[in-house]
Amino acid sequence: MIGADALVKCLEEEGVTHVFGYPGVAICPFYDSILQSDIRTVLVRTEQSAAHAASGLARITGKPGVCAVTSGPGATNLITGIATAFADSIPLICITGQVVSDLIGSDVFQEADITGACESFVKYSYLVKDAADIPRIMKEAFYIANTGRKGPVLIDVPYDIQKEALRSFEYPEEVHLRTYKPTVKGNALQIKKVVKELEKAKRPLVIAGGGVHLCDATKELRSWVEEYNIPVVSTMMGLGAMPTEHPLYFGMVGNNGAPYANRAMKEADLVILIGARVADRAVNQSEVITKNTVLVHIDVDPAEIGKNAGPNIPIVGDAKSIINDIQEYEIDGEYDAWLSDLGKYRQTMIPKRVTNPEYVDPAEFIRYLSEEMDEDAIYVADVGQNQIWSCAYHIVKKGRFMTTGGMGTMGYSMPAAMGVKLAAPDKQVIAVCGDGSFQMSMCELATMRQHNVPVKIIVLKNNYLGMVRQHQHFAYKDAYSVVDLSGSPDLEFIAKAYGMKFSRVENMDSYKEAVKDFLKEDESYLMECVIDPMDLV
Amino acid sequence: MKRIFSVLVENRSGVLWKVAGLFSRRGFNIDSLAVGETEDTAVSNMTIVSSGTPQVLEQIEKQLNKKLDVIKVKTFEEGQAVSRELMLIKVKYSKTNRREIMEICEVMKAEIVDMSKTMMILQICDTPEKIQLMIGMLGQISIVEVARTGTLALQKCREQEG
Repeated sequence: MIGADALVKCLEEEGVTHVFGYPGVAICPFYDSILQSDIRTVLVRTEQSAAHAASGLARITGKPGVCAVTSGPGATNLITGIATAFADSIPLICITGQVVSDLIGSDVFQEADITGACESFVKYSYLVKDAADIPRIMKEAFYIANTGRKGPVLIDVPYDIQKEALRSFEYPEEVHLRTYKPTVKGNALQIKKVVKELEKAKRPLVIAGGGVHLCDATKELRSWVEEYNIPVVSTMMGLGAMPTEHPLYFGMVGNNGAPYANRAMKEADLVILIGARVADRAVNQSEVITKNTVLVHIDVDPAEIGKNAGPNIPIVGDAKSIINDIQEYEIDGEYDAWLSDLGKYRQTMIPKRVTNPEYVDPAEFIRYLSEEMDEDAIYVADVGQNQIWSCAYHIVKKGRFMTTGGMGTMGYSMPAAMGVKLAAPDKQVIAVCGDGSFQMSMCELATMRQHNVPVKIIVLKNNYLGMVRQHQHFAYKDAYSVVDLSGSPDLEFIAKAYGMKFSRVENMDSYKEAVKDFLKEDESYLMECVIDPMDLV
Repeated sequence: MKRIFSVLVENRSGVLWKVAGLFSRRGFNIDSLAVGETEDTAVSNMTIVSSGTPQVLEQIEKQLNKKLDVIKVKTFEEGQAVSRELMLIKVKYSKTNRREIMEICEVMKAEIVDMSKTMMILQICDTPEKIQLMIGMLGQISIVEVARTGTLALQKCREQEG
């Protein structure tokens, strides 16, 4: 057995089903070994997509997604994907080939200091120096990636280490990391304090963040808030923690959120943040939730607590475990008046949209699409205006909503949806992007075709980088600079070239039939919606 | 506000820059940094002196604790610690100022550790304030070059017991 075999064996031990990647000489021993394994390899068309696809897979399975690329440019191309996973706290195992150990530091062909380059956005990284360390390192890497605050772990493996013989292979049962012991259980005294505050409060509000999904606590959250009638709003990463049409759910907060959700946040006298980090886009002024409000902050990462807003009651730990612990207590609270206020806000504070009848209205379109989608479908939104419309108008029922809210990386949706579809082949998986983000990942249509991954793709086409255009509209008085997407290809030809079904919706006349047809098909399908270039979110 | 962080880290390659990188990436100040092995060769001790608002200082501690190579972070104010710094300082001398330099050495408890016909190297080990004072005094004469270790600090025994 050589180092490369050991890497593959470790992946098998961890139950890995797919590896996304792009080979090169420096990672060839690994890709040679994996031929002997049942692990499915997926050749993406650019390395960044490997990380996004692994991210999609991780988010739907709850296990780390794995990608493996070569040294130098392969590794540096992966960086944006790694940084995206880091910002969104998605567990990834990123394996990079590296030049021969003795040559490291001498600037040979395709050498890049990838562990150095990625230091500030990986949870941890390894440069393997001895093949005998591989089982331990891999065990640790999977543990680190998927516990505590989740995130990407990078393992850089020089070519000679992949070829080095191992005397024996034993996959460790446990990890021994004296420096890493994430807190799971919340402090009992702090939990009691929360219960007391809930009894005192007249207007409590839960803000659910991405952490609720990451620790798989949606069920627990719902059952708890239903028991005590506590209203919930969510951040972008927390969307779907509650079904959109749940009576206790009051929308997404933030500068692109629902006005009634933001009003709820302003008026609450007790805010319970769960797995959310008070980031600038969600809470642009942290005073909103600290002034005259008791703030409870539940997060697995102690560094997030107090970073952006000083809580009155911090609780470090796993949200699922903490919600379970809170649920042990009977809460004597009465919030009916508050709920009725919030209900009124939800009905009356609906943002008015000005729509152009000559185009598809993305709001109406997305709303209809999500009504027609399977109940448990997975909707992956890209970045830009399309993302904001998706967040505002997509209706989550029993499925999932995914997007990159932390890093906001354009081109995320298609490769991520591909990862989701591979992990959940029986589910309907839809990627919604703009024409800018579509073209960033268009090359992955080949990957989907090659590996038979029938993702459904919707392109909201306006021939602009719409979000930037909108910013230039407001901040630069319509001085549009470098946002015109003229020269974009005819998507019908693109679909044809990749053997996909295609339809185009140009206005609101026949969109319903088009959506039904789009969703009915089991094959991959590209749908273009022509939207008003001057539309604003 | 100044604060001393005494950080025990795994003695692995790259750890120093991981910690230093954390400070630069998040815009934290490093007033001084000193690194050395501890009694356990697998563990190094980094003494970092930093300054900032109480909130920033709290973040520094938390972010340090998040690093997987960091074993333990102890943090204390200057008054709670015994702090020392070692400085070697090379000065030019002549007949006219030699006496004066010797007097400064005597007062400051510095030692002459090397000497030529025109230059000498002085060694002083004292608190960071005294070191600063020494530089100030010799600065008026003629400093050629200076090397300082940065602050080393351990929490006072009584503070630790309490």
